[in-house]
Amino acid sequence: MFHIFCPYCQEYREEEEFHPSGQAHLVRPADPASVSDDEWGDYLFFRDNPRGIHHEMWVHRLGCRKFFNITRDTTSYEILETYRMGEQPSITAANAEVRREQGVQTADGGWQTVGAQPENSRLNEETPS
Amino acid sequence: MSEAHSEASVGNAATFDTHPGADAGVTPESPLQWSRVQGHVTEEGGAAEQIRVVERPFLGHLVLRGGAITLDEAVRAELGVSLPGKPLGLVLDAEGSRSVQWVSPDEWLVIVPAGEEFELENRLRARLGDAHFAIVNVGGGQTLLELSGEKARELLMKSVVYDVHEHGLPVGKAVGTVFAKTSVVLRRPTEARFELVVRRSFADYCVRWLRDAGREYGLRVESASP
Repeated sequence: MFHIFCPYCQEYREEEEFHPSGQAHLVRPADPASVSDDEWGDYLFFRDNPRGIHHEMWVHRLGCRKFFNITRDTTSYEILETYRMGEQPSITAANAEVRREQGVQTADGGWQTVGAQPENSRLNEETPS
Repeated sequence: MSEAHSEASVGNAATFDTHPGADAGVTPESPLQWSRVQGHVTEEGGAAEQIRVVERPFLGHLVLRGGAITLDEAVRAELGVSLPGKPLGLVLDAEGSRSVQWVSPDEWLVIVPAGEEFELENRLRARLGDAHFAIVNVGGGQTLLELSGEKARELLMKSVVYDVHEHGLPVGKAVGTVFAKTSVVLRRPTEARFELVVRRSFADYCVRWLRDAGREYGLRVESASP
């Protein structure tokens, strides 16, 4: 029994009714013809894989069939908030205060789109709580 | 569908009556036709069982999509009931034979008695005019099963993941949820009755599941012949 709050149905529903749909808040380049191949490839294929807070899109596929966003902790799998499409999350990786209140560990950044950047090596180590 | 009486055009949308006329020589078959052939579904009536499942075939199912305010105005004028504004709402008219259900923030399911939906669709289209909306007749794709009897709730408790207790599913609530390995729309129009809106291609599966799950209580699935 695992319940997720659907912001459209406005109640907790069984996890079976939902399906994850990948990273949220992706913005399509306004003018695709003018962006470089690298930028377009980043937009199309590369996704964040952070340790800690992650914003994801989910769909309430067997209920109202609407997409919405979830802020989820990838280390504890805890769902911190759900919010509608078009809204901004109130809990982010940069939001240190909320993080401390929630007792949640997060890694800073977590971009894996650029290959082996030196700062990415930190992501493979335990983050001090 | 080539009969003149079954086609119409309101605005720029072509509509047609999915009920063939009596002279069309077509026998309508409900989604439970195969179950009936298999002997899983009986005629209406018979010895009282603890759970009674009755199919209501050939009802008019319309999906309305659009803005709540424009649709509410039109539905109020044509059906005499207001669109359920709150999520998961289910509203019935005074007779109890017509219902409007909240499906998602911009989508409602209207179920009316057989044969009324074509007229209703045309009247709604005429009234809505150029507003941004969509009406789809989905009556051919789904059917309605009514569950009643004292053990109906217990049957649902082992079939759906939703909380079907009084506090989870009070009268006037309708949810889409998981039923066995498929999905249904679960509705609670009155105190004594639950309703399942099942997909046509899953109707036989749902009936088999219900018969199996209801075996311990005694259950009969009934459907009036066309």
